Amino acid sequence: MTARAEHYASPSRVAVEVRGVSKIYDGGVEALNDISLYFPEGQLTTLLGPSGCGKTTLLKIIAGLIAPTSGSVKVEGREVTGPGPERAFVFQDFALMPWASVMRNVAFGLELRGVAKTERERVAQGYIGEVGLKGFEAAYPHALSGGMRQRVGLARALAVNAKVLLMDEPFSAVDEQTRRKFQEDLLRLVAQERKTFIFVTHSIEEAVYVSDRIVLLSKRPSRVSEIITPAIDRSVDPERIRRSQAYLDTVEAIWQGLKRYLE
Amino acid sequence: MIIGGIRVPLFASLIIWAILWEIAGRSGASFVIPPLSAIFARIVEIVPTPTFLAALAVTAKTFVIGNAIAILVGIPIGVAMGRSDLADRTLLPWVNMFISAPLSALVPVIMVLFGLGETTIILTVVLFAIWIIVLDTRAGVRSIPPSLVEMARSFGASRLQAFGKIYVWAALPEILSSIRLGMIRAVKGVVIGQLLVSIVGFGRLFELYSSHFLMEHFWALLFVIFAFAFALNEALAWLERRVEYYAASRT
Repeated sequence: MTARAEHYASPSRVAVEVRGVSKIYDGGVEALNDISLYFPEGQLTTLLGPSGCGKTTLLKIIAGLIAPTSGSVKVEGREVTGPGPERAFVFQDFALMPWASVMRNVAFGLELRGVAKTERERVAQGYIGEVGLKGFEAAYPHALSGGMRQRVGLARALAVNAKVLLMDEPFSAVDEQTRRKFQEDLLRLVAQERKTFIFVTHSIEEAVYVSDRIVLLSKRPSRVSEIITPAIDRSVDPERIRRSQAYLDTVEAIWQGLKRYLE
Repeated sequence: MIIGGIRVPLFASLIIWAILWEIAGRSGASFVIPPLSAIFARIVEIVPTPTFLAALAVTAKTFVIGNAIAILVGIPIGVAMGRSDLADRTLLPWVNMFISAPLSALVPVIMVLFGLGETTIILTVVLFAIWIIVLDTRAGVRSIPPSLVEMARSFGASRLQAFGKIYVWAALPEILSSIRLGMIRAVKGVVIGQLLVSIVGFGRLFELYSSHFLMEHFWALLFVIFAFAFALNEALAWLERRVEYYAASRT
């Protein structure tokens, strides 16, 4: 039920390329060990692994927020030396500015780029609508639920129109019902936005549900242990995916693969 | 406060002290303690006089300029110390030394360097106010959630943008309380500066009143300064409460 792809056998264009990345933190903790990966354009690739395995570290290295100890990352063929406008980050704890309205939070990336107020608010308005927050433009983050706050974080990342969206366990701080709704919305977004998504999660079900490709990382120091391409038909009703045999089999296969990392 | 089952307002103790003061004053026990009523009458009398207003103007001017310098210099230093280990290691020992040092002892040094004028008083105000502003701003910046800092970086904020759009706002509750504490120290600075220079502003009046044993005038002046410091503190505390809602919402 799962097709296994070779690391560098890519049918579509490569958006992000990770080559021989290792990371050793000050103090000697080895988080990543010689990771090489590619992320195909227009697809959602998930980094999945046991907690503390360095998935977030790898994502932040791609984001340019952390420098790798060795190795390199290329986005759209250009070497990453820091954050760049072709990448946008969605944070686990939302990272909203509590003193700013939903509108200003969503438009913040554009504000930093010096886009005029009316123009950036017009763009932000569109994405606020797209994530389902119409009517909350003037609200402040403390008045919103966890799920709504992450929608603001998502709209902010979309508003800068980056080609690559980096999502660090974006749904882990929201409740289960909201989370499922989010996952369905994300599928729609991936289909509609034609962006490259790199998604970090520790939930196998979530990974299988939303991903075109799943990169399984081993325990620290992390290596790529397996790459799985779930053969799931996403054209059907999102409700039915969770009951399809392909979905259930993939979840089971990954669980069997990860089990050995648990003592 | 509840005594014997009766709710007693908090300012009741002030009234008791005022009555005791009045009695002591009227008994003529010491010329140092004139009756309280006479002091208040004196306040009403001297406040509108040109000498008093001139002294007030000098005090206000030096206080405002001194605070502005302390805030405009102190906040960036505090932010730098909160963000950079190098700045922190270089400056923290100095800040800790100055925050606990008896600063009044340094005023004569400023006097020698800058003369007996307004500059000396302004610098005294800065010297008194700035350290707490630096230290609290630093603490505030250190408590900013790391993800907010990463957010600014990942969306391409320059250092200046991160400072003006994130750090100052995220640390605003601490910065406001540091400004309040700085201003309370600045009141001490402006009074001590004037007392030591003693030829300008309230310092000259203090000198004049005490050398002529005008105790009613002396106390009246002191009360005005106390009332000013208290009102300033309350106004800033009110402002602080208005930004509390998001300080509490921080993780």
